[in-house]
Amino acid sequence: MPDVTYLRPRDVAHAVRLCEGTPEARPLGGGTDLMVMLHAGTVRPRALVDLWSLGELKGIRRVDGGVEIGAAEPYTGIIGSALVAEHCPALVAASRTIGAAQIQNRGTLGGNLANASPAGDTLPVLLAADAIVVTDRRTIPVADFFTGYRKTALGLGELIVAVRLPASARGVRFRKVGTRAAQAISKVVVAVNREPARIAFGSVAEVPLRARSAEASLARGDVQGAVAAVAADIRPIDDVRSTAEYRRTVAQNVLRDLLDASASY
Amino acid sequence: MRFTLNGSTVALDVSGSRRLLDALREDLSLTGTKEGCGEGECGACSVLIDGEVVNSCLVAVGQVEGCEVVTIEGLASPLQQTFIDRGAAQCGICTPGMLLAAHALLNANPRPTEDEVRVGLAGNLCRCTGYTKIIDAVLACRM
Repeated sequence: MPDVTYLRPRDVAHAVRLCEGTPEARPLGGGTDLMVMLHAGTVRPRALVDLWSLGELKGIRRVDGGVEIGAAEPYTGIIGSALVAEHCPALVAASRTIGAAQIQNRGTLGGNLANASPAGDTLPVLLAADAIVVTDRRTIPVADFFTGYRKTALGLGELIVAVRLPASARGVRFRKVGTRAAQAISKVVVAVNREPARIAFGSVAEVPLRARSAEASLARGDVQGAVAAVAADIRPIDDVRSTAEYRRTVAQNVLRDLLDASASY
Repeated sequence: MRFTLNGSTVALDVSGSRRLLDALREDLSLTGTKEGCGEGECGACSVLIDGEVVNSCLVAVGQVEGCEVVTIEGLASPLQQTFIDRGAAQCGICTPGMLLAAHALLNANPRPTEDEVRVGLAGNLCRCTGYTKIIDAVLACRM
């Protein structure tokens, strides 16, 4: 790896100044995505701004009606949190499917959001939960966060500080389909909520997305219509992990299962 | 940067962006930590940072400033003799990572079920494939 300057800020404000003021700087969290890209040479920043040990970005706390998770809190913390289990069990379920212990000890929600992979496993859950991305300067509804393939609404030097889950996050249900129970990159991820009606997918388009016409059907109580509408809402492709046809079929089947299972909630 | 490595303080004058894996193997000559995939899938480069198992290929060495790092060279656990006794190593490339992941698992959960051992070692791939004996060895070390 060619010379990449390593910078360790004192706090979030310092980190923002470093990210704004250093040409081609990239924030570094637990490194589970960025260190791979650095080593492979697919990204070539001139500096890393290390956010991992900033206390302001850690922790899980109750906020009015919901829960707030620090951007650099690792999945292991989310999996072990009684607060998250109470407010959004689907996020605990999603976090358990991410890599194995080594990745769960370093991977973070802030990283999953900033990396903006269409296959990011927590992202459909955050979409179905109407999560709010809290940055150093504003809040962004997660529905407005993904603007294109691996592109986000974050501005220059803008850092994710936390993710806020409203009370409705409790009703979210989640399912991931991969090749193996552990350590798999998703073929299809589905997250649903009944109240309000939310249907979100991962790995079936260039961004994690909400299936808006399916949601409109679900809001009218039309489960069959919601399942049918998904076909037009998603844009799956053939790639190394699966085919478009498989993804479309499985997305609809898993959605039907999740909605049937959630009928009693 | 300075950190504790297998119980001793070390000081390194290298770029903080260097992978911990490379710092261990090339700068500190501790070659027990193996590189498998280099992208966080296989667990061959597993080490402990403050007691937690991580892939050292995904950690920038600057991030361990002030931390306690344990590599296979610093592990002293009944797991090691048990792996030998039960034939739980074949080619040996996955073994250092398996041992460290198993050690972290038993520290967090001294009496895991077989399923819990499988989940605890899910991030460590053995391509020989000797999972049955590895899992038996870890189960034999339950407290």
